[in-house]
Amino acid sequence: MTSGMLGSLTRLSAEHEHEEHRPMSDIVTPPALQLRDAALGYGGHRLWSGLTLDVQPGEFLAVLGANGSGKTSLLRAILGLQPLSAGSLSVAGRPARRGSRAIGYVQQQRRLDPSTPLRARDVVRQGLDGHRWGVARPGRVAWRRVDAALEQVGAAAYADMPVGLLSGGEQQRVRIAQALVADPVLLLCDEPLLSLDLSSQRTITGLVDRRRREHRTAVVFVTHEINPVLPYVDRVLYLAGGAFRVGTVEEVLSSATLSELYGSPIEVIHTGGRILVAGVPESARDAHHVDHDEGIVP
Amino acid sequence: MTSMTLLLESRIGPDVWHQIFNFADYGQLLSLVHNSLVAGAVLGLVGGLVSSFVMMRDLPFAVHGVSELSFAGASGALLLGANVVAGSLTGSILAALVIGALGSRARDRNSIIGVLMPFGLGLGVLFLSLYQGRSANKFGLLTGQIVAIDSPQLHWLIATAAVVVAGLLVIWRPLVFASTDPELAAARGVPVGLLSPVFMLLLGLAVAISIQVIGALLVLSVICTPAAAAMRVTASPRKVPLLSMAFGLVAVLGGILLALGSSVPISPYVTTISFAIYAICRLIGAWRSRHGWARRDPAPRADSGPAPLIGSGQAC
Repeated sequence: MTSGMLGSLTRLSAEHEHEEHRPMSDIVTPPALQLRDAALGYGGHRLWSGLTLDVQPGEFLAVLGANGSGKTSLLRAILGLQPLSAGSLSVAGRPARRGSRAIGYVQQQRRLDPSTPLRARDVVRQGLDGHRWGVARPGRVAWRRVDAALEQVGAAAYADMPVGLLSGGEQQRVRIAQALVADPVLLLCDEPLLSLDLSSQRTITGLVDRRRREHRTAVVFVTHEINPVLPYVDRVLYLAGGAFRVGTVEEVLSSATLSELYGSPIEVIHTGGRILVAGVPESARDAHHVDHDEGIVP
Repeated sequence: MTSMTLLLESRIGPDVWHQIFNFADYGQLLSLVHNSLVAGAVLGLVGGLVSSFVMMRDLPFAVHGVSELSFAGASGALLLGANVVAGSLTGSILAALVIGALGSRARDRNSIIGVLMPFGLGLGVLFLSLYQGRSANKFGLLTGQIVAIDSPQLHWLIATAAVVVAGLLVIWRPLVFASTDPELAAARGVPVGLLSPVFMLLLGLAVAISIQVIGALLVLSVICTPAAAAMRVTASPRKVPLLSMAFGLVAVLGGILLALGSSVPISPYVTTISFAIYAICRLIGAWRSRHGWARRDPAPRADSGPAPLIGSGQAC
C-alpha cells in the first residue's frame, strides 16, 4: 500500500530528525522557536509586528494579552495554519509548516461527547498517526510509546476507559500525553487550564514543567492568567494593542511596563507569590478578570 | 402493494401470523432469492461500516435527508424508464454535494437538510404519481424491494459498495481524527475541510445502495442503528466498526430470511431486528456503566488526591 509506505517513510524521517537532535544539543541546537521581525495582520488590521524572539529548548514562555491581541493568531502562525505578513518563523530550525511533527499542541479543555468511540489510549495514539492516510495495520501501532506517554502523565490507570467518561482534568492529562507522544521539540499550550479546577490546573502545569525539565521540550503557554504558571515561567511575551514586551516576569509584569504598553496607568502588585493587575482598560479587561477575581481567594 | 391490501383485508387471526411468518417450501425459495441475499449482505456490511462514522460525526439527520433525494432520483429514473440504481445514485450524490458544500457547521447543515428533505420527497411523489407501471415498484422505493433485484442491478450495488469501502479505508485515520476532534485535527495538518465533503459523497453512495434494499424511509435502520448499538457496548475504535458491520449483516440477512415465505416486505423484519439489537446493546451498556466500563485501577482517581508527579512547591 502506498499510504503504508509513505507512513513508514515519515516515521523514519521523524526518527532521524530526533537522533540528529540529541547528540548535537551540546554543540548547536537551533532554537525550538525562532521569530525574526515577524508581523501578523488581517487585511489592513495589524495585530503585531517587529516581533523577534528565540525560545530555547527547555524554556518556558508564557504568552499573555487581551482577547484579540493576537495570541491565538501567533499560535496559528507557529502551527503553519496562517502565514506571517512579514518576517520569518522557524520551528526547530525549519520554516513553520502545517502538520509539523516537531510541535505538540494542547488546546483548552472541551468536554468530549460521552459516546465518543475512543479510549484514552486511542486519543493519545492520534498524536502519533491520526494524520496519516489509510488504516493502521494491526501490530504496527507503537502502543509502547502510547503507554509510555500515558504513564508519563499519570493516566495509565484509565488508558482503556472511554475518553468521554473521564473527568475534565483526566481528559486534559490524556491530551497532554497526546501532544507529547511524538516527542515534540516545542509544546504549544492554548489556554489548557480553562475550566479546570485548581487541583487539575496544578497537575497540568506540573506535568508541562516536568516535561521541559526532563526532555528539554520548549513550552509556549498561552494563558490569560499568569498565576498558575508563575513558578515555572522563564519569560513572558505580553501582547497588547499592536505592541508587545518580552522579558522576565519582573521586567514585563511591572506597573511601568504595562502602563506604557496600554498607554494608561496600571497597577501591578506582586504579593505572596502571586501577581495582581489592576487598571487594565475596559476594552482589554477580559484578559485580566481572573486576576481580579482571584485576589479575593485566600 | 398487493401484499399490503391482502394484509389489510384479512381478519386478524392465524392468517395474519401466517402472512408474517411462513416457512413452507423454504429451500426452494432460498435459491430464488440468491441475488437478494448477496445484496443484503453487501448492504449490511457497508451500512454498518458507514454508520460508525455517521454516529461519530453526528449525521443521522443527513442520512435521512440524502435518502429522500435518492428516492426522488430513483422514482425519476423509474418514470423515465432508466436504470433505477443510477437514478438513486444521482439523487444521493447531488444531495451529498449540496449538504457537503453548504453545511460545514452543524446548524447550517441541519437547516439545509430540513429544506432539502421535503423537496426531495415531493419530487419523488410527483414522479411516482406520473408513473404508469407496476405499483409494487412505487411502494418498493419507499419501503424496500429487495426481491426485485436483478443481476445488472446487483453488479451496480457491489461496485458502489466497493467504492465506499475503498474510499473509507483510504481516509480512515484522518477521518476518525477529524470526526472526534476537528479543531485539533486541523491544527495538526489534517485536511478537515476536504474530508467533510468526501465523506458526504461516500455516505451518499451508501444511501443509494440502501434505497434499493430497505427503502428510502427506513435507511436509518441500516446506516445509523448498527453503530449506535455498537457504541453502547464498546469504545474501541476498532471494535465499533466491526460490531456495527456484524449487526448490520445480521439485521439485513436475518430480515430477508424471515421475510422469505411471508407476503410482507422485508423492511419490518430488518428494522425490528436492528432495533432489537440496539435495545439489547443499550441494556448491556447501562449495566456496564453501573458496574464499571473498563479495567480501572482501584486506586482513587489521580487528580482527586495529591498527584505524586508534581513538586509541592507551588503556592496557589
